[in-house]
Amino acid sequence: MTTKSARRSPARPLGGRLARATLAFTLAAGLCLGAAACSSSSGAGGGSITVYTYGDGSTDIQQTAVNDFNKTSKVKVDLVVVQGSDYTPKLRAAMGSSAAPDVFFNWGGGSILPYVQAGQLVNLTADFSQAPLKGAFLPSIVAAGAVNGQDYGVPMRGMQPVILFYNKALFAQYGLQTPDTWSAMQAAISTFKAHGVIPFALGDSDNWPSLMWLEYLVDRIGGPSVFTGIQNGDTSGWSNPAMSTALGDIQSLIKEGAFGSTFTSTGYNDNAATTLLGTGKAAMQLMGSWDYSNQLTNHTAFAKNDEAFTTFPAVPGGVGNAADVVGNPANYWSINARTKNLSTAVAFVEYMAQASYEKALLAGGWITTNSDTASLLPSFPNPAFGEFQFQMVQKAPAFQLSWDQALPTTVGTPLDTEVGKFFAGQVSVSQFESDMASAQKSDSSS
Amino acid sequence: MTLAAPRPAPARAPRRRGPGRRAARVGRPRLTWALPGLLFFMLFAVVPMLYSLYLSFCGNWGGIGSAHLVGAVDWQRLVDDSTIRQATRLTIELTVLSWLFQTPIALLIGVWAAGRQRHRAVLSAVFFIPLVLSSTAISLLFKALLDPNFGLAHAIGPWIGFSDGNILGSPNGALAMLVFVGGWQFMPFHTLIYQGGARQVPQMLYQAAEIDGAGRVAQFFHITLPQLRHTITTSSVLMVVGSLTSFETVFLLTAGGPGSATTTLSFAMYQNAFADFNYGYASALGTGLVVLSTLLSLLMVRFTGFGSMRSAREGM
Repeated sequence: MTTKSARRSPARPLGGRLARATLAFTLAAGLCLGAAACSSSSGAGGGSITVYTYGDGSTDIQQTAVNDFNKTSKVKVDLVVVQGSDYTPKLRAAMGSSAAPDVFFNWGGGSILPYVQAGQLVNLTADFSQAPLKGAFLPSIVAAGAVNGQDYGVPMRGMQPVILFYNKALFAQYGLQTPDTWSAMQAAISTFKAHGVIPFALGDSDNWPSLMWLEYLVDRIGGPSVFTGIQNGDTSGWSNPAMSTALGDIQSLIKEGAFGSTFTSTGYNDNAATTLLGTGKAAMQLMGSWDYSNQLTNHTAFAKNDEAFTTFPAVPGGVGNAADVVGNPANYWSINARTKNLSTAVAFVEYMAQASYEKALLAGGWITTNSDTASLLPSFPNPAFGEFQFQMVQKAPAFQLSWDQALPTTVGTPLDTEVGKFFAGQVSVSQFESDMASAQKSDSSS
Repeated sequence: MTLAAPRPAPARAPRRRGPGRRAARVGRPRLTWALPGLLFFMLFAVVPMLYSLYLSFCGNWGGIGSAHLVGAVDWQRLVDDSTIRQATRLTIELTVLSWLFQTPIALLIGVWAAGRQRHRAVLSAVFFIPLVLSSTAISLLFKALLDPNFGLAHAIGPWIGFSDGNILGSPNGALAMLVFVGGWQFMPFHTLIYQGGARQVPQMLYQAAEIDGAGRVAQFFHITLPQLRHTITTSSVLMVVGSLTSFETVFLLTAGGPGSATTTLSFAMYQNAFADFNYGYASALGTGLVVLSTLLSLLMVRFTGFGSMRSAREGM
């Protein structure tokens, strides 16, 4: 169908030529599709399973694992990469349809609770008591993916604790201490503010980055039991004194300019907060460990030379342990109970315990959650950061899953919105507490 | 209608009994001609609307398993919900402000573009450009421009009362930007409507007015504006319904924030359905929105006398 041959042919009405071209193209396309369909369905043994994963910079690690798995498996794995921001709604829609995935990425806890309640997931508790899963992963990480003590998820990505990142060059310039105590943090806030540097970068317009502040403050003030109570359905936990104190502390932090003045229109998803820290416009950021790989990509020199990390400080008068961690313990694969190839699906999730997959994750900047991760840490791109992160999680008396993931989505997402309203000064402490209590009540009543 | 529709084949075509035959005689298309359109509309508009009406009585259905009727809990919640009251107030504000912002400018440009001045065609084409851009592109572009740290907002903010450039981060600033960006995008469309309307105004009216000594301004207020009465109604109905249901700009530019300061009804509906997975409540909200916008358009048509189809040139 080149223009050359068309020109050589005797003059014909344009319509005819166009029609023939269209026909040829359609036929060719149809043939291609047919061939593709044939090759995938006629594979030895027949059939395939569909795996949904969250699309971001690390998806190629999963793709490689799938390719390796397919080399030996009769039933092939088909990895579907769903754009990150669309992941949850798309999964929800697919799980209700006949085109549901056999295996899918999730955050454990509340993110799979509705599926567990509807009997849509395969209970993997028995699989974790035998090889290859037995003893393969850190028990606390496996437990964080469980619902009511039953295991439904196999860890498939590294741990993501929330870390206090800071710019050590700026701290040295103004002679400041590491911000791992409340007083050092306060001193840093007032000094940076006086010198026109934003103390903390905060992507508040996405709401969830602000929630991290509440999570850590409540833990440091009242310990992990405050939120555990809420998670177990005690709505009075929202007006626990620790919650009120934490919210009050946030208000004073905002008032003293800890987040600058433009945080309500600064986002994290669009890289704004990361860029503020990476370019020295902000001195600190409270963020999940994944931000390190963002800095490494976007502000390589900063990540390698000037970026430092520490734990969230203890709050004076608080009873919480300063070694507690919040964040995402890991991501998990769960298996759809309606899968037609259960043995392949189980074999695929068990493949995550393979040393080759663990090494691939480590090389990609993830601290894995396998039992033998400690011995492999020297191979991590930045061993100091890897060691810090691993120690932080290993020593933590409690690792709290992010609240918006731990609660059912019908409470977790309104929580994000409410936190956004609180940081924007649209609701008071008492209104925040009553709003959240009634949101949780109306969720459990219907 | 009869002008645009092709005449059905005369006598020799196979005839049908009943009303179809009579319709053929008066030169109107048969009902069957509308069937493809009707089917399409039923399948993709009426059926989903009815389904969401049904879902609105299914309580807190999250899209897993099948929905069951539980009664009017979601409608009760809709009436009591202070967030929805705030969203309603905000949607009305956005609609009124958009109308006030767009109508005068679109009217003036439209009337100007209907004339025969130099460079008119070129400038009209330039004015038209925003309309052919996608809403997504426009919203993302303005979001980047309005970024307080890396965008123009840092430079422009101080001139308009935002010393730190935090325009999208303040409730009033965010609302103003929604009105501005929406207006910037849709004004060309309304300009086009007004241009078409103004071209229809008979020249003799202006000639007569000129003889009577009316100046340009007087001609505009006493001839153009009254003659554009129906055009204004058309454009206003489109504007009002468009603002009531506008979503992309809110979603991409402010995401309903800061906090919930720009959470309009349609954004609240999206949030309830696809972020909170409460399809029942979102359906109640969506059904309410359908009823509201239908009522509003009917009211506007009735109130302005547009429905009676009286010509603006009666007696000429």
